[in-house]
Amino acid sequence: MKTVFAPTSGMTPVDTSYCPGCSHGIAHRIIMECLEERGALGRAIGVVPIGCAINAHHFMNVDMCESTHGRAPAIAAGIRRVHPDKLVFTYQGDGDLASIGAAEIVHAAHRGEKFTTFFINNAIYGMTGGQMAPTTLIGQRATTAVDGRTVEQAGMPLRVCEMLATIDMAVFVERVMLTNPAQVRRAKAAVHKALDIQEARKGFTFVEFLSACPTNWGYAPVDALKWVEEKMAAYYPVKNFRTVEL
Amino acid sequence: MKKRFKLEFNRDKCKGCEICVSFCPKKLLALDKEVNSKGYHPACITDQDACIGCQSCALMCPDCCISIYELEEGE
Ligand SMILES: Cc1ncc(C[n+]2csc(CCOP(=O)(O)OP(=O)(O)O)c2C)c(N)n1
Ligand code: SF4
Ligand code: SF4
Repeated sequence: MKTVFAPTSGMTPVDTSYCPGCSHGIAHRIIMECLEERGALGRAIGVVPIGCAINAHHFMNVDMCESTHGRAPAIAAGIRRVHPDKLVFTYQGDGDLASIGAAEIVHAAHRGEKFTTFFINNAIYGMTGGQMAPTTLIGQRATTAVDGRTVEQAGMPLRVCEMLATIDMAVFVERVMLTNPAQVRRAKAAVHKALDIQEARKGFTFVEFLSACPTNWGYAPVDALKWVEEKMAAYYPVKNFRTVEL
Repeated sequence: MKKRFKLEFNRDKCKGCEICVSFCPKKLLALDKEVNSKGYHPACITDQDACIGCQSCALMCPDCCISIYELEEGE
């Protein structure tokens, strides 16, 4: 018998705390598969956010550090500066990164900190029960926008990749989605590319994953993936915004 | 010779999200009538011999439940 596909040793055997069908699980798995394929599980350090991924250090089989809400980039910058030989990453939701942590991510990118940020954009605050995030789409319902987000009340959803791509030292910026096997393969290629560029110490690297939160959106998992493809990708184009030749 | 595959589910890890079921191009997967230790209806394969080893299910599973093996001759 030859193994064609087996769960990565980058994930611990612990059951995750994520809801059925939550995209956090797919994002975790592909990031850890990439680290395993690079033989880097022993020299990777991750920084965990506040949000549903607060427990990611129980699931990702690498050294990890907890952070306060939105502050993971500041901690990762410090870790990478004192450990230049390590692969350092933050893993952050859209409430964490685009709201309370907006200043940290912008300045980490601006300084060209040599770590990678994995940004899980599910257009909602998951952990706290579905409040509106800066990334919530116009018309999308949230517990703090019961009839749907309006431009009048909350402005337009923040496009984080587009914003970071204006910063010179953000040298790799790509948005991917986790909605079908082909897109998952593309997402893995983006993770590898970001890590290649981090290892070459070229600057700040960033991958955004358009993700599903079936629970707070109120959709079955399969329908939630369709919603990502139809609604989220229409506003948040899936593409590479910046890259460097190595 | 036609390649043959064996699909294995980690039954107790499964959360019954049905994502694998919807992505199998051969429509070989289903949720079991029984429940697992977590109380979910876990995914299972209805026709093992028809699996083409495409990995669509495993690539989409959010909970690392799926392993796929290619069988050698005589297995
Ligand atoms: C300083 C501070 N303010 C607010 C909170 C409450 N809080 C916990 S998680 C969260 C938002 C998480 O949303 P997101 O980053 O989108 O992650 P998700 O849960 O959707 O994965 C908030 C506001 C907190 N823990 N700390
Ligand atoms: S609340 Fe949403 S983001 Fe959080 S674990 Fe559940 S599905 Fe995932
Ligand atoms: S995708 Fe994974 S967790 Fe979801 S039903 Fe299939 S095996 Fe279970």
